[in-house]
Amino acid sequence: MNYTMVFFILRKFIGMTAILMLLPLLVSVIYGEANFWAFLVPSLTLLLLSFATRKMKPKNTTIYAKEGYLIVALAWLIVSLIGALPYYLSNVGLSYLHSLFEAVSGFTTTGSSVLANVETMPYSLLFWRSFTNWIGGMGVLVFLLAILPQTNSRSVHVMRAEMTGHQVGKLVSKVKNTVIILYGIYILMTLVLIGLLLLGRMPLFDSIVTAFATAGTGGFAIKNLSIAFYRSPYIETIIGIFMILFGINFNLYFLAFTAHIKNALKSEELWWYLGIILVSTVAIACNIYSTYQNAVQSLRYGFFQVSSIITTTGFTTADYNLWPNFSKTILVLLMFVGGMAGSTAGGLKVSRLVILVKSMLREVRTLISPRSVKVIKLDGQGLNDRVVSDVNIYFFTLMVLLAFSVLLLSLDNLDLVTAFTAAVTSINNVGPGLNGVGPFKSLDGLSNLSLLVLIFDMLVGRLEIFPIIMLFSPSIWKKK
Amino acid sequence: MYIVIVGDGKVGTSLTKHLSAEGYDVAVIDKDPEVIEEAVNTYDVIGVCGNGANYQVQLEAGVDKADIFIAVTSSDEINIFCCLTAKKLGARHTVARVRNPDYRNQLIFMREELGLSMVVNPERDTAVEIARMISSPATITRDVFSRGRMELAELKIGETNPLRERTLASLKQHNLKVLVCAVQRDDDVYIPSGNFTLKASDKIYVTGSPKNLNNFIEFCGLGSTRIKDVMIIGGGKITYYLAQRLEELGVQMKIIEQDRQRCLELSRNLKRAEIIHGDGANQDLLLEEGLERAGALISLTDMDEENIVISMYARSLGVEKIITKVNSDAFSRILESLEIGSIVSPKETVVNRILPYVRAMHNAAESSNVETLYKIVGGQVEALEFKVKENARYTGVPLKNLAIKPNILIAGIVRDDAVIIPSGDDFIQKMDSVIIVTTNTAIGDLGDILD
Repeated sequence: MNYTMVFFILRKFIGMTAILMLLPLLVSVIYGEANFWAFLVPSLTLLLLSFATRKMKPKNTTIYAKEGYLIVALAWLIVSLIGALPYYLSNVGLSYLHSLFEAVSGFTTTGSSVLANVETMPYSLLFWRSFTNWIGGMGVLVFLLAILPQTNSRSVHVMRAEMTGHQVGKLVSKVKNTVIILYGIYILMTLVLIGLLLLGRMPLFDSIVTAFATAGTGGFAIKNLSIAFYRSPYIETIIGIFMILFGINFNLYFLAFTAHIKNALKSEELWWYLGIILVSTVAIACNIYSTYQNAVQSLRYGFFQVSSIITTTGFTTADYNLWPNFSKTILVLLMFVGGMAGSTAGGLKVSRLVILVKSMLREVRTLISPRSVKVIKLDGQGLNDRVVSDVNIYFFTLMVLLAFSVLLLSLDNLDLVTAFTAAVTSINNVGPGLNGVGPFKSLDGLSNLSLLVLIFDMLVGRLEIFPIIMLFSPSIWKKK
Repeated sequence: MYIVIVGDGKVGTSLTKHLSAEGYDVAVIDKDPEVIEEAVNTYDVIGVCGNGANYQVQLEAGVDKADIFIAVTSSDEINIFCCLTAKKLGARHTVARVRNPDYRNQLIFMREELGLSMVVNPERDTAVEIARMISSPATITRDVFSRGRMELAELKIGETNPLRERTLASLKQHNLKVLVCAVQRDDDVYIPSGNFTLKASDKIYVTGSPKNLNNFIEFCGLGSTRIKDVMIIGGGKITYYLAQRLEELGVQMKIIEQDRQRCLELSRNLKRAEIIHGDGANQDLLLEEGLERAGALISLTDMDEENIVISMYARSLGVEKIITKVNSDAFSRILESLEIGSIVSPKETVVNRILPYVRAMHNAAESSNVETLYKIVGGQVEALEFKVKENARYTGVPLKNLAIKPNILIAGIVRDDAVIIPSGDDFIQKMDSVIIVTTNTAIGDLGDILD
């Protein structure tokens, strides 16, 4: 394990985080807010720290997959710990653990909140909250890779450990150019969204932070009523569509721009993703028709909620806790599905789901005809059996972690639906659950243990389990 | 005509045999001295021992003066490289055998950019042939002329066939618009005339447009029931090409292959075919996988003997359509008596592709060229297609006034899109495609059919 190199990258990473904190600082200066210091102090301290240790340069810059995982896991812990400071120092009545929860929920694009009343918060803090959604969506280290002047040829290990999906590939031969393209697409789409929201007469500040939270599929709202506050079908439709767009694999946008849209439309995962959205929307709209007695309203609320939940954003326009059980169950199932691999969304990812379904069908077939040989295919390409078994193990591990989380949450004496959906939304980075953790609800009533469990779940879900689990493996801490 | 052949395997030997028999000067290159000696002793050719891709060896074989250079070693890449070298040295035309499916989309590139005159893929051609048999199960073989406008079908006259004990002239009244152009009875071949009487267990070769041929098959009571599912034994290249075609035709397939790695590869590259990992020569396995219920069995393993045995077993189970791949000539006599249905041979397919090309090159200066050539009735009869490029002494004259050599039959004329089954009053025009059937091999030009 090349610790000096790990440390070297983390030091740069801390410097970058400190610089990022200057953005909300700017916001607090513009609005003349008193929590100015909550950003300036941590930022300056970290910059000094980073500057003071600048002489420490590693002799050996080679990193391998395990260093990549370690860097990613530690970087996420660090960014969460630092990101919690502004909440804690802003004096808005949050303990450090509550601040940490808010920061992790932001970076992991979960969008659960322990703030009882969001609308009383300073603008700078609201900006920081949504900004963490935005930067965490594509990845904090991926951002670092994009802005570092030189990157190591091995930095693909870092990128692979942070990006989502069962297979992460480069778009172009250089990692640096790949991440710049990805962030370029990301920034462009965010700007388009801000423009469209402004057209819908959303105030500028609201447009920017809502666009951040949408792009990262985070779902931090700045109103207690989330998107329902604006009472605008236009805004709901725009956000609904953009959530789906940000849940699409970014490689497909690259393909569509550089080659032809046809190449992007060949993606099998895309059609599964859109198909699931369509079927769920129709099913929920029919089911909640009895609640709203209006087809257009049912479709409007149904579509927005499906789009918000499958992309694991977590915005709400209606209190779906009041919907019939069939609709609620569909939403909980959608939480597991998640967006496409290589998007900013969380969850299991559609590609993994497709592989799981196909491997299940294959198993049935092999039982009937034991000699039959069948390669599982995605996009017409045969998948290695290694990939298939990785996906199966990933799913199993996720279920085990989920089970333990529910068990620990039940110590808090939460009812089963609350405990279960709290764990599910955290581990899939969705945000709202059902009952006690339903939409429009704050989690400030949970015990410290429950908050810690959920923090762990959120990190595990965002980094797709193994980087975080690796931290608990003794072999990674051995000297040799 | 000077022809150099690189690679003296099965195909190389077969080409050597046919080309030297037709009187061309042939040189054979192979790296195995024993094979070379065998070729020199058996056929009237010269041999050069060495690596056919080596430029010294090619010079020694006189490639620089060669009219046609044919590379049929077992490796695609060596074949292509041989041809590139030969082309640079001055060979006029180069022919390469390229079988790997990876290269199937770059045939035009190879011709136009790499300068190969012809690329043959016997595995693919065989697969096309088998797919044609599957879509028309009543015929034993079915060959096409003029890009499918005319076909030649091989049929067996069964005990209940309405044609038996009839003279060919008496069939005219049914207005079938097909022509019986060769009959095989026991070991003899006849180019029949109007008063020829057909008998049960004759094999007949019939030409006509695809539509009329289908009507004819129906008339014979062999109505073409479609084959919906087939079982293929062996997962080699032919199987891959065949499976792709059958998938397009919507035929269900079970492919049985022994090598697990190959099974995975097939599964990776095919969409719907069911791949079974197991030994295709194992009768229990064949029964378990439902051979009895299969519409057709196609045995395509690398071993001729195994293919024959599997096909015999399928016949004993009563499978209707059986197609067997047999590469070696040694079995051709027994196969006739075994009655296991259709036989395909990739080796013969190559010869069928390369021979007309060579003859066409030889007659390049003449007025008509061989476009297509099939060797039928076990190689005893040739069916050839000529394109009439300009007026000659046989154009514009009614056929009954032409002095045509014995044992030659004009089996069809394709004019624009119409197929003419010629009678004595018909005549050949410029731009026609003329199909003739003959026992006289080595006809390279339409002019050769006249006395």
